[in-house]
Amino acid sequence: MWGRFRGLDGETRSVVRDGIAVGVATGAYGVSFGAISVASGLDVWQTCALSLLVFTGASQFALVGVVAAGGSPFFGAVSGLLLGTRNTLYGLKVAPMLGWTGARRAAAAHLLIDESTAMTLTRSTREHARAGFLSAGVAVFTLWNLATLVGAIAGDSLGDPRAYGLDAAVGGAFLGLLWPRLDTMRTRLAAVAGAALALALVPLTPAGVPVLAAGVVALGMGLMGRSDSREAQS
Amino acid sequence: MIWLAVLGCALGCYLLKLAGMSVPERVLADPVLRRTADLLPVVLLSALVAVQVFAGRGTDGPVLGVDARLAGLGAAFVALLLRAPFIVVVFVAALTAALLRL
Repeated sequence: MWGRFRGLDGETRSVVRDGIAVGVATGAYGVSFGAISVASGLDVWQTCALSLLVFTGASQFALVGVVAAGGSPFFGAVSGLLLGTRNTLYGLKVAPMLGWTGARRAAAAHLLIDESTAMTLTRSTREHARAGFLSAGVAVFTLWNLATLVGAIAGDSLGDPRAYGLDAAVGGAFLGLLWPRLDTMRTRLAAVAGAALALALVPLTPAGVPVLAAGVVALGMGLMGRSDSREAQS
Repeated sequence: MIWLAVLGCALGCYLLKLAGMSVPERVLADPVLRRTADLLPVVLLSALVAVQVFAGRGTDGPVLGVDARLAGLGAAFVALLLRAPFIVVVFVAALTAALLRL
């Protein structure tokens, strides 16, 4: 492995190093996912299965968040799926850059997440795109899963999760995931409208429904909106 | 029930990823679909923040209320303004709520 790494050209090596660094940073917050998940009422096995099989952080947080709020796991899964649609958009962008087909593409699809996409889109050659995608994807997968296990076991032995503020940690985690997306007036407006609609529905509907219903705001603004500069570019 | 949700979510999320890697990029040419897809994560995450912080379990179903979780969210907000990394944001949210409950 090391010999192969040294055999790479300088730029590819630096792409791989960046990918691994992203994996280390992301792995660290897998610990918080593991702890929050068991605090929400999932067991250690279910928590680890989420990280291994769903492997897309926001969807995993959404599922356990809905369960924590007393909602049906079914609504949690649907919330997770709606958040997972952004990976479809990422796939549309990275697939032509990576140029994989068949079994390679099917395997690579599991690693398609925010981080591997970010480490792919900035590359100018296919070789570097593949190096960026694989190094970030494999590093995040490995560390995210190890960290989930550590967090889940630690969370399981803590006792009452509220005493440690783990219920408040969930809101903080969602805000942290949302933050980088609040870069335009349009997204900020959408965020406020979504939150307001969800809160209005909390007393009226079963837990889990308000979050799904907020998705209507995205559809409404999608139907109404004008083309913005980002769309004009592509 | 939770296992069914976990496995269903896993299968669906994988198929969404695979679909993105398999269909041609021109699917995104429809501007309504594209704008909706861009805004969906923003709206859902923000709804999750709101519900996670303000919703509680009342005697006859979910109710709105304010408790230490809101202080935790405020601390997370400040941490994000200071450009703290994700793990620190989550940690200060938990710590703030935990200290208020002592």
